[in-house]
Amino acid sequence: MYIWALLILPLFSAVLITLVTRRHKDLSSYISIGAVLACFFIVLPIFLRFVGAPHTEHLEGSFRWIGVPGMLVEIGYLIDPLSVLMLFIVTFVGTLIHIYSRGYMHDDPGYSRFFACLSLFIFSMLGIVLANNLIMIYIFWELVGLSSYLLIGFYFEKPAASDAAKKAFLVNRIGDFGFALGICVIFYASGTFNFLEIAHQVHAGHLSPNTMLLGSLLLFCGAVGKSAQFPLHVWLPDAMEGPTPVSALIHAATMVAAGVYMLARISFLLYAAPPAATTVIAYTGAITALGAALLALGQSDIKRVIAFSTLSSLGYMVMSVGVGSATAGMFYLMTHAFFKALLFLCAGSVIHACHTNDIWHMGALSPKLKITATTFILGSLAMMGVFPFSGFWSKDEILSAAFANGDMVLYGAGVLTAFITGIFMTKLILVTFFGKKRYHGSPHESPPSMTIPLIILAVFAVFVGLVGIPSLHPNFGSFLGLHGAEHGAEHGFNMTVAISSTIVVFAGIIIGFLTYYTGTIDPDKMYKRFRGPYRLLENRFYIDHFYDNFIVAKIYNQVARISTFIEVNIIIHFCINGPAYLIRHAGLFLRSTITGGVQHYTFFMVTGVVVLIIVYALT
Amino acid sequence: MVTLTHYLILSFLLFSIGVAGVLIRRNIIIMLMSMELIFNSVNISLAAFSYYLHSLSGTIIVIFNITIAAAEVAIGLAILVAVYRRRKTVYVDELNKLRY
Amino acid sequence: MEGFPIISAIILAPLIAVIILIFVNDKDHGLIHGIAVVATSIPLALSLYLLFAYDMAKGGYQFEENIPWVKSMGINYHVGVDGISIAMVLLTSIVIFTAVFVSWKGITHRVKEHYIFLLLLVAGVFGVFTSLDLLCFYFFYELAVIPMYPLIGIWGSANREYATMKLTLYLSLGAVFAMLGILSIYFVAGAQTGHYTFDMVQLSQVTLARGYQIKVFLPLLIGFGVLVPLAPFHSWSPIGHAAAPSAVSMLHAGVLMKIGAYGILRVGMGLLPEGAAFWMPVVAILCLINIFYGGMVAMARKDMKFMVGYSSSSHMGYVLLGFATLNHIGVNGAVLLMFAHGIMTALAFSLIGFIYDQTHTRMMYDLRGLAGKLPFVAIAFAVMAFASSGLPGLANFVAEVMIFVGAFKDYPVQVVISVFMIIVTATYMLRAIKSVFFCEAMERWEGIKDANGFVEKFPFIILIAVLFIVGFYPSILLDIINSGVDTLLARIPVLPPS
Repeated sequence: MYIWALLILPLFSAVLITLVTRRHKDLSSYISIGAVLACFFIVLPIFLRFVGAPHTEHLEGSFRWIGVPGMLVEIGYLIDPLSVLMLFIVTFVGTLIHIYSRGYMHDDPGYSRFFACLSLFIFSMLGIVLANNLIMIYIFWELVGLSSYLLIGFYFEKPAASDAAKKAFLVNRIGDFGFALGICVIFYASGTFNFLEIAHQVHAGHLSPNTMLLGSLLLFCGAVGKSAQFPLHVWLPDAMEGPTPVSALIHAATMVAAGVYMLARISFLLYAAPPAATTVIAYTGAITALGAALLALGQSDIKRVIAFSTLSSLGYMVMSVGVGSATAGMFYLMTHAFFKALLFLCAGSVIHACHTNDIWHMGALSPKLKITATTFILGSLAMMGVFPFSGFWSKDEILSAAFANGDMVLYGAGVLTAFITGIFMTKLILVTFFGKKRYHGSPHESPPSMTIPLIILAVFAVFVGLVGIPSLHPNFGSFLGLHGAEHGAEHGFNMTVAISSTIVVFAGIIIGFLTYYTGTIDPDKMYKRFRGPYRLLENRFYIDHFYDNFIVAKIYNQVARISTFIEVNIIIHFCINGPAYLIRHAGLFLRSTITGGVQHYTFFMVTGVVVLIIVYALT
Repeated sequence: MVTLTHYLILSFLLFSIGVAGVLIRRNIIIMLMSMELIFNSVNISLAAFSYYLHSLSGTIIVIFNITIAAAEVAIGLAILVAVYRRRKTVYVDELNKLRY
Repeated sequence: MEGFPIISAIILAPLIAVIILIFVNDKDHGLIHGIAVVATSIPLALSLYLLFAYDMAKGGYQFEENIPWVKSMGINYHVGVDGISIAMVLLTSIVIFTAVFVSWKGITHRVKEHYIFLLLLVAGVFGVFTSLDLLCFYFFYELAVIPMYPLIGIWGSANREYATMKLTLYLSLGAVFAMLGILSIYFVAGAQTGHYTFDMVQLSQVTLARGYQIKVFLPLLIGFGVLVPLAPFHSWSPIGHAAAPSAVSMLHAGVLMKIGAYGILRVGMGLLPEGAAFWMPVVAILCLINIFYGGMVAMARKDMKFMVGYSSSSHMGYVLLGFATLNHIGVNGAVLLMFAHGIMTALAFSLIGFIYDQTHTRMMYDLRGLAGKLPFVAIAFAVMAFASSGLPGLANFVAEVMIFVGAFKDYPVQVVISVFMIIVTATYMLRAIKSVFFCEAMERWEGIKDANGFVEKFPFIILIAVLFIVGFYPSILLDIINSGVDTLLARIPVLPPS
């Protein structure tokens, strides 16, 4: 029963702050932090129990929510290694970010509102993780969309923020369009929403391959929206309009990873479906990973660079699911949650100090912001995948899986992404913290409530990868126990892959170093030389442009305009007011017979009588 | 021998004169009188039928009619006086307020 | 409460209040408001009692009252409720109760007359939802329609004469078509059994020939379809909403539109099950026009009332799609959506009315940054917008999901388009939020005030609370609705012959 508290506490906190303690800033933040902390301490023993005995039976509990003949929807929880891991990540990172927010948001007028939204987010995110059926995951899926909307639009007076919030919600909705249809397909074929029952039916072969293909691709649409995969990635960079802790918590560590989590959750379906399903997933992931890494090169806003790197990482995870290793995807998700949250929080700390997002207005910050700089560098090394930081192990798992899968295009994309990541992360570190001083004022280190979470996250970002060392047993993969669902399952540590990726990353770092530190390669010259491609990157491959100016302006608005034209002119004016006009004019014509002269009427009457008599006489 | 036909012809003639009067004359008083003529033509035919068919109902209706006609004339003249007071005219072609 | 005529009390409470109001001094606004509140809180309390006292295990019509009216023609004052009617009566009583509070500040002239017509209207609506006699049904329906004419004509805003004329004509036209069908059923069923009656319970026992059912379902479909409003007979509705005062818009969109759907369900599907099975695939195609076209027009509208008006016609399309499934999932979802959408549009119109009273405009681009000035209204508006775009936790979501799941088997194309239109709904609703409440405030709206005090906040709070309660715990209504739907669907042939 205490598992329900995971949902009740954050929800209660959100409601309490909204309705009661709105005006008491500190109290609100304590309630919110207390709720998430309590969740963490509920999750911790369960997590430890599962770590101690990975093959513990999963726990499931539920109650009837909607029940009509032919359809039963439950609200329930499913606790297995997968959800326990995710619960741990969400509550742990969530707690740290709540604490960080206390410092970061301290003088914001919407302080209480911010914490209410954070609690709402934790509630919805835990709902996704706990969900034991498709409808429930969809419900909380939408609710995280809502909390994301509220948090991106937190500074609602800023037009950019309110636009970004709207965009995030709507783009996610497009993904959910497929998700909802996918749920319908699965329900139509299996008659249930429950994951374990669907899995049972899949294993028993009750579902036809075509149904499974359609179902998995449609469900994947949901992940494309939420995990910001190409072509629905456009909302994530804009989402950086929200406060930085939000970017860290929602748009890097947890919510965007929900798509990957969901794919892992339904991996039994994906891997049982015809291989076309996983191929589509893998290529979507690869395109996103590579494209976003390229785009990150062209950005100069510290948060945007990290945002694009997040896109790229998400592409990695999705690709990993696609090449048959949901385990590797989840592993990357875990390490990514720590180092990406760390990077964002560091960025927040930098922004807090410099009051700007533009890295060209920073530089030489490392002596001023010692803790921030150190943790940022550690996070970046993890992100780039340098041995032995956490990112190395998780990235290596994915690359090995891609290698084992045999599709060298995917493997190549992965390696190339690692190379580019090396370049832009090096650039970010060097331009922000070293080189010439370009900042104004006197930046100083953030308060302890902000730096302590940084340090804790940095420790995890460095060491958490060690749990996934392939030769260890039990290790991450055996803990998660998703192997049964995968085809090219057992791929051990591949020395070729590890060495080649390390070489590539160092090549990237060196190029970045030569360009942005020593100046051996002149960035301006490079820019002049590759003007065209650079333009393309700056404008994000013109994808946003295409959506705004073609899909929305040309198609969507035109359909609406044409419909309104039909409505106003054809339906209302022609079909409805037209007959009314005819009748009115017929009436006007007949009115002329009403002369008001009594004798006229009498005359008509008598004539009528006479005519009737004549007719009668004749027949 | 005066037969039913004679009475009916008389009634028809009176009726036609009455209708013509209503249609042609502009003075409302004359029109009212013409209407009385129509009434009475009907009364004549009713009385004649009553006599020749040996049924009392016709006579009864005639008596009703005369009573009603009296009441009607009274109301009609009253309206007429009221209209005259207001409009200072008794000619129907000037009383066309109900025109569209 | 054994033996107490609960349903008659629900219908009579507003009628008695009308009689009392006639003799009240029309300057005494406090007393008039007080009477209206009492007259509407009685039905609210009683309908809540019905919700909990109804015996779901027994099912069928309960709390019946049957008094002969015109014996020679088989007309009875026969009222009673099943699960579906209880949901509708509850909806009506919630909406009218809140509408009275909304009119408290909104209506400033001829207050007494306003309430007289409003209460007459609502008595008619209660009658419609509880009648088990076709002529009674028709009688109460007209009682509900006629007061709309003065209500919009006298207290309405721009273009009210045109709107009220159009609305009354349309509603009467629909009623005439429905009446044709009703009379036909009366005579044919009477000739078949030798016992002429308008009683729906007795008529539903009669098995009419399939060919006849198919023929006579059509006028009923058109007649009630005009009220739904089924495209292309929908144009009375948005302009009616736009011209009407807030309270009337709330009732109109929240309740009156549901009468059409209720008629299709109760009279059409209840008395002509085979006719329904024959025509429902056609309805499934027609409702697509509503869903797609209504949504697209709503997208292009700048006037918020028109936007919500067209969005209503789009949402009523979902209801019809739910009916067309003819299975438990879809029909239950459709009835629940009738309820949820009723509450949600009532909230929408009350909020837009509130904003209009403050700013005298409903054009969304004339307004900007009101969130700072009207935080309470902004939150309420956001709740409404999210309910409308089917966000979980609010009542509409459950209903829409059920309709989609139920309809997917037979009408996958419709489901794809409907789910797509949810995105469109979200688009125009979020755009409205953005342009009305977000960004920086304009100087023009310096002096406006947020909803303040009990009277102004109370209606919004009730409606929001209902949306949340049903959204979190839908079974509170679904179980009872299902008991009604069960009996209704039992008579529909399982496989609709194509």
